[in-house]
Amino acid sequence: MQSMPERSPFKAKQPDEAAVGKPILAANETPITAPKNRASTRENVFADRAFGGLVVLCAVAVLTIVGLIIIELLRESQLSIAKFGFKFLVKQIWDPVAEDFGALPFIYGTIVSSIVALVIAVPLSVGTALFLTELCPRRLRGILSLLVELLSAIPSVIYGLWGIFVLSPFLRLYVEPFLGKYFGWTGLFSGPKYGWGMLAAGVILAIMILPIIASITREVVMAVPRVQREAALALGATKWEMLRMAVLRNARPGIFGAVILGLGRALGETMAVTMVIGNRPEIMRSLFAPGHTLASVIANEFAEASTQVYHSALVEMALVLFVLTLIVNALAGLLVWSITRGMPARALA
Amino acid sequence: MITLAALVVTVPLFLILGTVILRGVGGLNWAFFTQIPKPVGEEGGGMANAIGGSVMLLGFASLIGIPLGIGAGVFLAEYGRNKYGNIVRFTCDVLNGVPSIVIGLTAYAMVVVVQKHFSLLAGSVALGIMMIPTISRTTEEVLLLVPQSIREAALGLGIPRWRTIVSVVLRTASAGIVTSIMLAFARIAGETAPLMFTAFGNQYWNTDLTQPTAALPLQIFAYSVMPYEQAHQQAWTGALVLISMIMLTVILFRFIANRGTIKGAS
Repeated sequence: MQSMPERSPFKAKQPDEAAVGKPILAANETPITAPKNRASTRENVFADRAFGGLVVLCAVAVLTIVGLIIIELLRESQLSIAKFGFKFLVKQIWDPVAEDFGALPFIYGTIVSSIVALVIAVPLSVGTALFLTELCPRRLRGILSLLVELLSAIPSVIYGLWGIFVLSPFLRLYVEPFLGKYFGWTGLFSGPKYGWGMLAAGVILAIMILPIIASITREVVMAVPRVQREAALALGATKWEMLRMAVLRNARPGIFGAVILGLGRALGETMAVTMVIGNRPEIMRSLFAPGHTLASVIANEFAEASTQVYHSALVEMALVLFVLTLIVNALAGLLVWSITRGMPARALA
Repeated sequence: MITLAALVVTVPLFLILGTVILRGVGGLNWAFFTQIPKPVGEEGGGMANAIGGSVMLLGFASLIGIPLGIGAGVFLAEYGRNKYGNIVRFTCDVLNGVPSIVIGLTAYAMVVVVQKHFSLLAGSVALGIMMIPTISRTTEEVLLLVPQSIREAALGLGIPRWRTIVSVVLRTASAGIVTSIMLAFARIAGETAPLMFTAFGNQYWNTDLTQPTAALPLQIFAYSVMPYEQAHQQAWTGALVLISMIMLTVILFRFIANRGTIKGAS
């Protein structure tokens, strides 16, 4: 449908111009009817082709870049893949001196810090999105969405800086003693209170992924038809019941997609996490303990990776991270697409 | 309850901005913008080389990212309403989701390993790659907002297709494209991770494309993990300068987007 009106006049033009072009050329005058570039029909065809080629080249460049990323990651990690095989993913050892490497503590750190971030960020950002679309006075809406947008424009190194000097002292002095006192029995909140560690990383990540989850949730919620809301209200539902039954239930797959997209962002986040997580490759039950993530170990150790195997192991980490984010993002894209393209939401929920 | 959530979201923004301004303002002086860093532990010094380095990195990154991004966007909107377009669209989304550190590693393998040392060029390549998906997807969106009738009118007048796209479609959507560039710019301006193994950082001025270069985010990172009070002060001031640069860009972009033709076209 979309390509039809674009193509048909274009095709019709060529024979037409060729037919008109000849007599004009033969007469060698008639300035009124002559199109400005009458002699250049052939040139125009050439220019059209050249322009099309140029644009296609740009598109091919995008494909090439992604291809190169995959090829380089595979090539550079070859050594490590050959040496450790599948065991790389389940080993806990990280010993550069003995050249024995396993990625499990880093995979664990990446996933746990992201889950902590989601637990904090999801209720807050869904709440924000609902507030922006359903409850917010119009005047406030612009300001609030600008603020949320500004939050997403803060560079991660500044989040990290703030994390080191403001967040971790705050966590150490106020939040961690409280959690340790009342929730210490879970085992998640025990041990020495450094301030930095898995919990700090989770909180920083939560702040960072808030805007992305909130803004996509907002779009998804706005895509829920008005009629649904009105129907719920007409049946006597209160505002909260209306939100729960008409809006949230319909938007569920999309919100889920937004959350997973946030997860994708959290998994790959490097600087802020590196600066507050404590960088120790051990699996600890307590969230107060320092940890390490796939991205942070690359940031920390890549520049000083002295041996071939060490280097290769770090690139394999990047490969694992790439695959992880690829899966997560593809899933999220599918879910968001399913709701914003007007597919029946229930089919997926 | 919901209102509370919305309020809670704005708290970290104010906290972070507040701290950056409060702590950063103290170190703002003329020397900060004109001098290079003093040796560790000494008073004074500035980040002139880092600011300059960042500007150069962003400039060269734009040279790579903007043409490729717009080109791919034009392909997606004008030529890509088919199977091939979907492949490119999907690839763009994949590229958009690749963690920045992985892009840094790739640029390291492609440029640094070949050149045998860290360089301004490698940093620009990494940042330029990061610009492409943002620009191309946004460009595609704004080009699709240009009414089909405008294209038909131009083609009906016998204007060749490439001319139609360049002078009619792209011009109509130019405000939106500027927006997409600003968006990409704001995204990469604060990136640190892809620069760590590419631009690497430098204590001195560098204008050579093949040499390691200082960058503002790298310098902030380096200073923030040092155990010296002066270094922390410099880090906060650097953060203030960086954040003001980015915020200005974002606000400018919103201004243009609100004034521009996208609103009229949609």
